[in-house]
Amino acid sequence: MAGGSWGPTKRLVGTAVPLMVMVLCPLILPVYWILVLTEVLIMGLFAMSFNLLLGFTGLLSFGQAGFFGAGAYVTAIMIAKGSTSVWLAFVASTLFAGALAVVIGYLCVRRDEIYFAMITLAFGMMLYTVAHNWIEVTGGSDGLPLLSVPELTVLGLRVSLLAPRNMYLLALGVTSLGTWCLRRLVRSPFGLMLTAVRENRERLAFVGGNVRRVRLAAFVIAGGLAGLSGSLFCLFNAMATPTFLHWSFSARPVLMTILGGSSVFLGPAVGAAVFFGLEQVTTQLTHNWMIVLGTILVPVVLFFPRGLLGTVLDLLPKRGGGRG
Amino acid sequence: METFVVNILNGLSWGMLLFLISIGLTTVFGVLGVLNFAHGSLFMLGAYLCMQVMRVFPSFWAGILLGPLVVALLGVVIERWLLRRVYGRDVTFQLLLTFAVLLILDDAVRIVWGPGFHVVEAPAILGGIFPLFRHSYPVYRLFVIAIGPVVGLSLWAFFRFSRWGKVVRAAATDRAMAEGVGIRVPLLFTAVFALGSWLAALGGALAAPHQSVSPSMGDRIIIESFIVVVSGGMGSFPGAFVGALVLGLLESFGTVFAGRTQMALPYVLLAAVLLVRPRGLFGREG
Repeated sequence: MAGGSWGPTKRLVGTAVPLMVMVLCPLILPVYWILVLTEVLIMGLFAMSFNLLLGFTGLLSFGQAGFFGAGAYVTAIMIAKGSTSVWLAFVASTLFAGALAVVIGYLCVRRDEIYFAMITLAFGMMLYTVAHNWIEVTGGSDGLPLLSVPELTVLGLRVSLLAPRNMYLLALGVTSLGTWCLRRLVRSPFGLMLTAVRENRERLAFVGGNVRRVRLAAFVIAGGLAGLSGSLFCLFNAMATPTFLHWSFSARPVLMTILGGSSVFLGPAVGAAVFFGLEQVTTQLTHNWMIVLGTILVPVVLFFPRGLLGTVLDLLPKRGGGRG
Repeated sequence: METFVVNILNGLSWGMLLFLISIGLTTVFGVLGVLNFAHGSLFMLGAYLCMQVMRVFPSFWAGILLGPLVVALLGVVIERWLLRRVYGRDVTFQLLLTFAVLLILDDAVRIVWGPGFHVVEAPAILGGIFPLFRHSYPVYRLFVIAIGPVVGLSLWAFFRFSRWGKVVRAAATDRAMAEGVGIRVPLLFTAVFALGSWLAALGGALAAPHQSVSPSMGDRIIIESFIVVVSGGMGSFPGAFVGALVLGLLESFGTVFAGRTQMALPYVLLAAVLLVRPRGLFGREG
């Protein structure tokens, strides 16, 4: 949202320069940090798709891991059955998670606030039990390992995803594409409808807007993108496990979004970066990462409700036009 | 017949523990309007503190008396310095703040007592077994089944008939009006949160001889008590009672009739209730 009033040239530069830096940084970074960055990208996309619901539509979903995990399992199962196309896996995972979100969302979008959080939690955990107990298909609690990660075909070249750099670039490409789609979406008339649902759904209903349909559309898009990030995560980890669907995994995008700021478009991605950055630093010092995370979260929730990125942007001098 | 009775008793004893946790959660929600994610961690802390007290004074009764009191004091701290700042804020911030408390408490317990399992012995008088058909059944579980209604009824009577109970209900119904007639609502909220924490810890101390004590024991119970409280109707005592027993029995009988899908039953129950009665079984529709 920041920079909404920039001219087209400035905006192009503002996007292209960070993107170039991110494309080039694996050339100098050690492998370990490339792996961390890949995870940041994947979870960043997951958190941004979640924030389409929380930040833009005003819906707190506690079951997004269900769609994330569904995407991961679709990819794992397709590859186990012999499919060799990564692109096909992406498409299938997104569509499958999106289709699940149509059914689940149709039932969930009738509820608000804490009740919406609880009913999405219930459906997310139902998907978790499917992944955990349908052993014939999902491998049960051990998960489904990818015995071989297929090669990626880009412009006629065959690229191995086992090389961390290639996996990173793939995650960067997919995440950038997802981010671009989300950005277009929230700036479109549909994005305004989402804001209207968040700000005042009675008024939207009175002027003839269909609140449920708008919410459902946001839920399906968020679910589909969660499935896409789950598919990436499956390739990255070379496996899909039931923990990807558990409610505690659903809490991750919530944490990242609040950490970075739910009112800023890139807030959740920044939150993901801060989350993993802190985790790396902390776990080198102590095993007790949770207590550190909790201790950081308390002041963020109490004193910086706009999150880290939101607070930083507030401190910067306003560029005419205010919040874009 | 035998499995039927054993399932009933197992379901009831788990259900009564769930009930004890859920009334604390539902009271805090009904009065303060906050769904406390850390409630399960207070439950777990109750079990650990009971165990710790028993190491000093080797009596279960000392543990169950002192452990929950310490947790109630911690509740005072949590309400006074954390929760008070987020009343009226978005529900996401309330959930996340209490989630942060959960993360801190869970890890703190791991640091102090280690990640492993601990066993707490039931007191001698309740430690025996009870002949049931050709097998036997632990007396302690029967004690848990009996204690649930006792605590539930006394709490219900307290809120219904005592002066303090009426004051709490007044503050929950209309905060501004209660303040207008001179009730010190902030103090009252602290007291109610301390009561909720005490109830969670009492449940934990009672659960200690019932199951093994471990840092993750709060994680399972918090989600199940969310299910109880939300499907029973948030803020409702009868709702918590019925919800807890239904869930307890559903889980013990689920293994018999539902096989592998048993794990999903609580979530199916929650979703079904929310779809049919959006404010829960005993909730006021609004």
